[in-house]
Amino acid sequence: MKPPRFRYYDAETIDEAVTLLAEHGEGAKVLAGGQSLVPMMSLRLAYPDALVDVNRVSELDYVSRRDGELAIGALTRHATLERSPEVARDCPLLSAAMRWVAHEAIRNRGTMGGSLAHADPAAELPAVALALGATLAASSREGSRTIRVEEFFRMPFVSALRDDELLTEVCLPVQPPGAGSAVQEIARRHGDFAIAGVVASVVVEDDVVAQARIVSFATGPAPVRLTAVENAVAGSGTGDDELAAAAEPAAAELSPTDDVHATAEYRRRVTKVLVTRALRDAIDDARARGEER
Amino acid sequence: MTTTAEPIDERDSALHRVITVTVNGRRYTRLVSTRKTLADFIREDLGLTGTHLGCEHGVCGACTVRLDGAVVRSCLMFAVQSDRQSLETIEGVAPEPGRLSHVQQAFWDHHGLQCGFCTPGMVLAATALLERNPDPTEAEIRETLAGNLCRCTGYQFIVESVKAAGAAMRADAGGAS
Repeated sequence: MKPPRFRYYDAETIDEAVTLLAEHGEGAKVLAGGQSLVPMMSLRLAYPDALVDVNRVSELDYVSRRDGELAIGALTRHATLERSPEVARDCPLLSAAMRWVAHEAIRNRGTMGGSLAHADPAAELPAVALALGATLAASSREGSRTIRVEEFFRMPFVSALRDDELLTEVCLPVQPPGAGSAVQEIARRHGDFAIAGVVASVVVEDDVVAQARIVSFATGPAPVRLTAVENAVAGSGTGDDELAAAAEPAAAELSPTDDVHATAEYRRRVTKVLVTRALRDAIDDARARGEER
Repeated sequence: MTTTAEPIDERDSALHRVITVTVNGRRYTRLVSTRKTLADFIREDLGLTGTHLGCEHGVCGACTVRLDGAVVRSCLMFAVQSDRQSLETIEGVAPEPGRLSHVQQAFWDHHGLQCGFCTPGMVLAATALLERNPDPTEAEIRETLAGNLCRCTGYQFIVESVKAAGAAMRADAGGAS
């Protein structure tokens, strides 16, 4: 058998899941979609003592609009989000990002909460959550708390969740009028992990970029907001030259490393290009949405 | 055929479970180790060896099956997780013995396979795509099949097979093609 030995527990409610996590302590891992955890177990990179399977916790599977936010249950599958008209309307950046997330068979199992809790620096959804300013909710036997996305991603594969905590919900602000967003990514093949990627969310008013949130991923230990670019682009016009100029500081904000896929220098250079393209696409998206209204 | 060499303690549900799964319309009840992957369960416990195992860590797509209609990688699930659910494997794709599905027939007609190792996954992924959209563009076909690796064909004949299967499905449904 491929994965190392573990004890398997399944929960049907959040209460059952957090009780199991409390009982089995730091050796326990939550099994959600399993599209990252199971390969890591098969490669013997992960060898949890116990798995707490939450796939039957149906109270964690929902998308609902609440006070200007879109609340997404942690167990909601990528495929559900990809096809959701509510997500397309209220949070189009999340819809746009889905086709970049691996392949259909992976998206049919993978979950929103799992992607964030896994904290893979090359994954799209953590970058989307950071660009949108998500708020995450986690539960344990001690109670519940909310975590701002800025505090959530700590290191590669390390999040702010404690061992006894279950990520339960992700809240994303509904996209305001005048806003647009885009994803740009370089990978060897469609669906592969990004060599470098950028997500951008902008608000355009009268042909001026009023606000921008720009996140780079796969270029460091965690997704990172490019604040120097955000400041440079705020108040700038929307011409290609202006966007290219605003993207200049991008490379200096990154801490990429060399690996088998690309050098750090390549990641820096390509990120600058991706920032320019993502800004262009996000601004065009904002305009197209403005015309639709 | 059972290859487990571990002692079985049926009372410890964290290590062993009895599961009931419907596969290709037939119900199976089996005692499984909770760490057995769905792929190994299908092959070893049910003897359905049409589901192939390439990489065994979710990259190659050879082990693709359909779980309640949705394509999934059977190497990335544990058998115990399929309890009370319905599966389709490559053995369930043909409409009846001696007849091929449109996708299978198109792979045959257009040389969509050479060694055949990736073919079960390709056929299931292509079938799911065409059920959703019987007239996909070449770009859509290639994007969908990017999750299934073939080391023989260079993909060209596979893409042509999927296009031909779509045309056959549309003709069958009475639509213009």
